[in-house]
Amino acid sequence: MSSDRVIGEPNSFRTGPDERGHFGLYGGRFVAETLMPLILELEQAYEAAKTDPRFQAELYELMIHYGGRPSPLYFAERLTEHLGGAKIYFKRDELNHTGSHKINNCLGQIQLAMRMKRTRIIAETGAGQHGVAVATVAARFGFPCVVYMGATDIERQKPNVFRMRLLGAEVRPVTSGTGTLKDAMNEALRDWVSSVESTFYIIGTVAGPHPYPTMVRDFQSVIGKEVREQMQEREGRLPDTLVACIGGGSNAMGLFHSFLDDKEIKIYGVEAAGRGIDTGEHCASLNGGKPGVLHGNRTYLLQDRDGQILDGYSISAGLDYPGIGPEHSWLKDTGRVTYVSVTDSEALEAFQLCTRLEGIIPALEPAHALAHVTKLAPTLPENNLLVMNLCGRGDKDVFSVAKHLGLEI
Amino acid sequence: MSPPERKPPRTRIDRCFEDLKKAKRKALVTFITAGDPDYHTSLSLIKRLPAAGADIIELGMPFSDPMADGPVIQASSQRALKGGQTLRKTLDMVCAFREENFTTPIVLMGYYNPIYVYPVDNFVKDAAAAGVDGLIIVDVPPEADDELCLPALEQGISFIRLATPTTNDRRLPAVLANTSGFVYYVSIAGITGTKAPDVESVRSHVDRIKAKTSLPVAVGFGVKTPEQARAISACADGIVVGSALVTRIAQSLDDQGKATDQTLINVTDLVKNLSEALQDEEPQKKIELKADRPLL
Repeated sequence: MSSDRVIGEPNSFRTGPDERGHFGLYGGRFVAETLMPLILELEQAYEAAKTDPRFQAELYELMIHYGGRPSPLYFAERLTEHLGGAKIYFKRDELNHTGSHKINNCLGQIQLAMRMKRTRIIAETGAGQHGVAVATVAARFGFPCVVYMGATDIERQKPNVFRMRLLGAEVRPVTSGTGTLKDAMNEALRDWVSSVESTFYIIGTVAGPHPYPTMVRDFQSVIGKEVREQMQEREGRLPDTLVACIGGGSNAMGLFHSFLDDKEIKIYGVEAAGRGIDTGEHCASLNGGKPGVLHGNRTYLLQDRDGQILDGYSISAGLDYPGIGPEHSWLKDTGRVTYVSVTDSEALEAFQLCTRLEGIIPALEPAHALAHVTKLAPTLPENNLLVMNLCGRGDKDVFSVAKHLGLEI
Repeated sequence: MSPPERKPPRTRIDRCFEDLKKAKRKALVTFITAGDPDYHTSLSLIKRLPAAGADIIELGMPFSDPMADGPVIQASSQRALKGGQTLRKTLDMVCAFREENFTTPIVLMGYYNPIYVYPVDNFVKDAAAAGVDGLIIVDVPPEADDELCLPALEQGISFIRLATPTTNDRRLPAVLANTSGFVYYVSIAGITGTKAPDVESVRSHVDRIKAKTSLPVAVGFGVKTPEQARAISACADGIVVGSALVTRIAQSLDDQGKATDQTLINVTDLVKNLSEALQDEEPQKKIELKADRPLL
């Protein structure tokens, strides 16, 4: 059983991956030979950029003046009163340009695409948040852009599809397989194999072949770095508890990474349990899957006994990926992060609670994190500082929420 | 001190290429997906392929997420999985084939995950026992040889590596290092059954590979017609045809996606045509012309 896979604790949780891109058993580079030279080139380019002060300065500039960083750390006073217990803070990454944390990573990768002299951008998207962020940076820097999106997701995320098209991106519906995020990623990989010379593939989460999981984590880790400083400023110390939702896991890695070696801090990742893990209709890869190899990395996957990948299900299109970033798989096995899950209906309730009490309409993805906060906070003392990553805003979800509540708009 | 050279045991694949060389013929490698559209049709088909002219049978292990494959083979994978095909059943198919045929090499092609969860150690033993001769696994690069390549070699199963147009000279030695049986040159940067390969480009890449290895080189991805087969085979030791054969299966199915009395003959007819094209005298002449060209 997956819960038995606990391994020894390392000296530091922040030094990974190794030189071949492994976080313990997980990660690696499981790609077709056509892509291997390119992946190695990307790794070199990223290593060079990381230590280049000019790259860092340009990225910093963009993050501030274009992305809108730093995002506020907000004390959710009424929610705290309502739940009674831990003092709840929201990291307001939904206030970023494009409405989610996805822009952090896209600004980093588009800079890299320019350094590598690529002329065309491709991406996959589920909820459309990553697709919108990619289309945004492609417009800003003048790249043609193709976004692959499952036909099923296109139907339930119409506002984001329209935004991408407005931004000049071509949204290609993916009908192969089951027409969801994993198929969109397959199709993006097929495009990439066929256009290696010209194309930069902006992966949206901390998954894929090395160096993507590390690179995306590094670009997103600005979230946790800011929380460290902001909490020091506000409360004179570090937080006690961190909570973030997990699909592929990029907003969570972004929040968690800076704090992994502060071992007194409790960290929770929240997966989507859909209609419940025991119904089989969920996308909780860590709580309901087992290790396997897909999309370039070894990680926990939803799969059948024959190793065929199963479709994830969640009310939230941004969480229904059947895999998860390899670093999360490793953090689960080492026991450093606790991974829990939340159902559709719990997330819907939290969505409404946040809207009414705080005047913030969250995306359905962080509504999952919030649902766990509503369970956790009352069990903690009043001096416990809890930070939840409010990683996206809910404008895109109002239609599907209305549908689930049985309302018409 | 250089390490002792790994000398793989002589296999059905080695013997196949040796015999073809003596007969001055090129290898026809035929791909179909195991279990497409159902186990029994698929088994009947592979039993008939050698008589139709296939020298090596490449059998696809269906996978839910075939990232290197075009629409034709994606659809065949879906059909096979819908028909209940599993990795165990694919090995059973090889067993059943071997009851009647001891000489035609069988190479399994697919993706790593079903093998990884089988798991690897059991899989290589079961595959060897079933009579599998080689593996082509798209998403296990040489950097991960310890995962599957080395365990397979230990069981006497060849690990056939894909070399591609993007495999540069710096990388080629790593790609060839633990490769045995033959080298599969992927003639296009792309997915199966889409773009048509450019013969001159294939020739220069195959020459580049042959300068670095004594293994035979077979060329695939995009070879569809007897004419292409003949032209491409002139610069290699064999050709691989997949999507064109799988298309013949797809075209033969009824409205419910079930096999019909046309299914087997549709495929074996094309295999016959391809095989005849490879036996024409013409390609031999083309090879002689190569002497006029500067060597690399």
